[in-house]
Amino acid sequence: MEHYNMNLTLKVWRQKNEKEKGHFETYSVPGISSEMSFLEMFDVLNERLINEGKEPIAFDHDCREGICGACSMHINGKAHGPWAGTTTCQLHMRAFKDGDTIVVEPWRANAFPVIKDLVTDRSALDRIIAAGGYISVNTGNAVDGNSLPVEKDKADTAFAAAACIGCGACVAACKNSSAMLFTGAKVSHLALLPQGNPERKTRVVNMIAQMDKEGFGSCTFTMECEAACPKEISVNNIARLNAEYMRAAFTAEETMG
Amino acid sequence: MLDAKIPKGPLDQKWSTYKSTCKLVNPANKRKLEVIVIGTGLAGASAASSLGELGYKVKAFCFQDSPRRAHSIAAQGGINAAKNYQNDGDSVYRLFYDTIKGGDYRSREGNVHRLAEVSASIIDQCVAQGVPFAREYGGLLSNRSFGGTQVQRTFYAAGQTGQQLLIGAYQSLERQVALGNVKMYSRHEMLEIVMIDGKARGIIARNLVTGELERHFGHAVLLCSGGYGNVFYLSTNAMGSNVTAAWKAHKRGAYFGNPCFTQIHPTCIPVSGEHQSKLTLMSESLRNDGRIWVPLKQNDTRRPSEIPETERDYYLERRYPAFGNLVPRDVASRAAKERCDAGYGVGSSRQAVYLDYAFAIDRYGMIECNKQGINNPTKEQLRHYGVEVVKEKYGNLFDMYEKITGENPYEIPMRIYPAVHYTMGGLWVDYELQTNIPGLYALGEANFSDHGANRLGASALMQGLADGYFVIPYTIGNYLADEIRTTNIPTSHPAFEEAEKNTRDRIEKLMSIQGTESPESFHKRLGKIMWDKCGMARNAQGLQEAITEIRALREEFWRNVKVTGAINEFNPELDKAGRVADFIELGELMCMDALNRKESCGGHFREESQTEEGEALRDDDNFMFVSAWEFKEGYNWELHKEALEYEVVHPSQRSYK
Ligand SMILES: Cc1cc2nc3c(=O)[nH]c(=O)nc-3n(C[C@H](O)[C@H](O)[C@H](O)COP(=O)(O)OP(=O)(O)OC[C@H]3O[C@@H](n4cnc5c(N)ncnc54)[C@H](O)[C@@H]3O)c2cc1C
Ligand code: FES
Repeated sequence: MEHYNMNLTLKVWRQKNEKEKGHFETYSVPGISSEMSFLEMFDVLNERLINEGKEPIAFDHDCREGICGACSMHINGKAHGPWAGTTTCQLHMRAFKDGDTIVVEPWRANAFPVIKDLVTDRSALDRIIAAGGYISVNTGNAVDGNSLPVEKDKADTAFAAAACIGCGACVAACKNSSAMLFTGAKVSHLALLPQGNPERKTRVVNMIAQMDKEGFGSCTFTMECEAACPKEISVNNIARLNAEYMRAAFTAEETMG
Repeated sequence: MLDAKIPKGPLDQKWSTYKSTCKLVNPANKRKLEVIVIGTGLAGASAASSLGELGYKVKAFCFQDSPRRAHSIAAQGGINAAKNYQNDGDSVYRLFYDTIKGGDYRSREGNVHRLAEVSASIIDQCVAQGVPFAREYGGLLSNRSFGGTQVQRTFYAAGQTGQQLLIGAYQSLERQVALGNVKMYSRHEMLEIVMIDGKARGIIARNLVTGELERHFGHAVLLCSGGYGNVFYLSTNAMGSNVTAAWKAHKRGAYFGNPCFTQIHPTCIPVSGEHQSKLTLMSESLRNDGRIWVPLKQNDTRRPSEIPETERDYYLERRYPAFGNLVPRDVASRAAKERCDAGYGVGSSRQAVYLDYAFAIDRYGMIECNKQGINNPTKEQLRHYGVEVVKEKYGNLFDMYEKITGENPYEIPMRIYPAVHYTMGGLWVDYELQTNIPGLYALGEANFSDHGANRLGASALMQGLADGYFVIPYTIGNYLADEIRTTNIPTSHPAFEEAEKNTRDRIEKLMSIQGTESPESFHKRLGKIMWDKCGMARNAQGLQEAITEIRALREEFWRNVKVTGAINEFNPELDKAGRVADFIELGELMCMDALNRKESCGGHFREESQTEEGEALRDDDNFMFVSAWEFKEGYNWELHKEALEYEVVHPSQRSYK
């Protein structure tokens, strides 16, 4: 792979805190190597800002391996930028060429207020999980792991849903700011496994109620979420969520009674 | 000599004896007892949820925006357990023995045996939570082999085992949050331990969004704050991983155990330039099928495809014919460094070796062609089928490599180099996971306890969950049973005042310096000293130099660091500055410990202590002990020793020839 250097223009959303209004700021960023990751390009820019006595740009990040779900930049109109199935931290600068202008914004959703610059508050996603995204089993209650066989394809499908990293790109990509892919992935993961069966009805009902309460929009099935998802979580999970919800609604008396 | 409080009696009965004789707290009293848990990785999330289930009032803290993002999420390969589902001769004893030997005889028999005993229950618990482990077609759990052991005892979920285990623990934690048993404080950083009458009684935490300092009381404090590999700046750890929580405890009197024991993993993607911010691990499993080589000629700049077989040096196969490419991590890492230092490295930096899949592709291609009944396959056919097999086994790793380097590893051999990965050292704890400060515990990678001088693959996840799910729920009761009469101490107590003032003064000091160099830049400089002089190979002269350089760096930091922004706002630069300051102090202690331990063992290689063939040489007569360092005013440390006694296993020299 040939490496090259490039000069870029960055338009970045700057916002002091949740209350103050934000605005775009333009930076010229010369000498960026095609070998850098997108966040390393931000490191270079930030180091320069610090040296100039200015405040660096705040952004969330931690693992830089595409697994923790912390990084969350909206790049040129796309959640996590131009590469499919890739988080911001795994995006590399060879995706860009000399002279490019790159526009970077935070996730935009009512349920994700901006904390500073590109950092948002995504704790609403934790509260959706707390509403029912678990199997109620206390430590020490478990039977032998192999006493409950699970068909391989079911286990594989459950795993594919459980691979969600909770970054919120699905919400950011959706024009309604819906969290259906996130919630659907968790409901699917647990509904596909026999261990998840006893709480199947209450789980889906409570998680959807929490989702609405947090101010996430409804799903009009434009599938932007799937396209933006760095883990390529399938919209089939939304279909399964809807089916689970219907199933719970039809047997509601049973659940209540 | 330090006492680890290991129960008396035969090795395989110590833990059951302990459990049936330790003190208990009745349910009504549990509700009155408050426990603070720092960290929500595997150790912290499992501890917080289990203690919440038992009825304790728990407060859990993490610095990320969600407990689910703790660094444990990044673990790839798997988790060990002595289930013997494969009927291949595994047992609690074997797992115990492999771990003791893998640690080069520098860990405690009692702890390690307990770890092996509870390992099976961990898998059961995780399955019950819905962790989607890999399964066979019959629906039962699948296993793979890992890191030099002779049995298949590693459970896994593709290359995302840590993620799935952590999500299981996180969901249990969120359930306790919903039930009101655990209160979660995300984007909070613990910055001080509060001590009252010699016991840990609370913490000072900083709300990272508002910058405010908070006081929290607890009858006990659990540090589950992870490892400190980032003292080297570049490592496979997450960017935020740091030593601050453990270091604050250390400065309040908690001993630090074996600080110099660091694991350097042989297969990571090499540094590509000055901008490098972290290093990415390529799973150990790749060494099963890949062959490692460098050119026979020094400074050979030809492309790998232009270097004929006869001009390649498969140095691991040459030096270690019995184990070949599958020698343990420490041995493989040192061998790569040796070749690169001698001028045989590859790539633009010359700090890399090749990990080549061409042979595996051919071999698998031949097997597939045979299966398909293709006689005399063409080169293209062989390659086509071979690539398919390799893709199925390692596809996600190959993709990750390509994303980072822009090179296709199916065509060009991967370039790899060792990188800092894990720290076996940590806060000294006794058998109950209690530090030498009553009421202060350390779990997971934050403690030093179970891996001796070298950790085996897939056993960190096991240890973190063992500590949190199955050990602390018992051992903490033994302490808290005597605390039921301690009513909540108001946080207006002078000890809280003093601790908060201490924290505030330090933050104000950091902000007031307004020098010319960023915290990041100091961190890089520290990392370079550590890597060059306290890395894969260490010697007395280098370590002495490092100590001098680190002291000078500390002085310069406190004179010239530049922290932008303000105190009472979201300010990652300020968070970083505090962490770097602690890393600098830790770096000095690590070098002192490495200087003091004149033997080589596991990941700690002292050049003065090697065999004629350049292998690590232990010195059991003089160093069969745990180093536990006590912090003293003015950056002086006093060494305490805990003797290691082997009643069951007989230490011997490791050999892989
Ligand atoms: C890339 C990679 C792959 C790995 N693969 C494997 C594997 O396959 N198998 C295996 O067994 N091991 C593996 N390991 C090792 C293993 O992942 C770790 O040792 C283990 O997950 C550590 O867990 P922990 O709970 O101790 O700490 P962590 O998961 O690091 O959690 C630390 C927690 O403490 C919090 N924290 C820290 N300081 C503070 C503070 N001051 N205030 C508040 N909160 C704080 C953090 O927010 C976080 O929640 C791997 C490691 C890496 C880097
Ligand atoms: S930083 Fe962890 S996913 Fe990007």
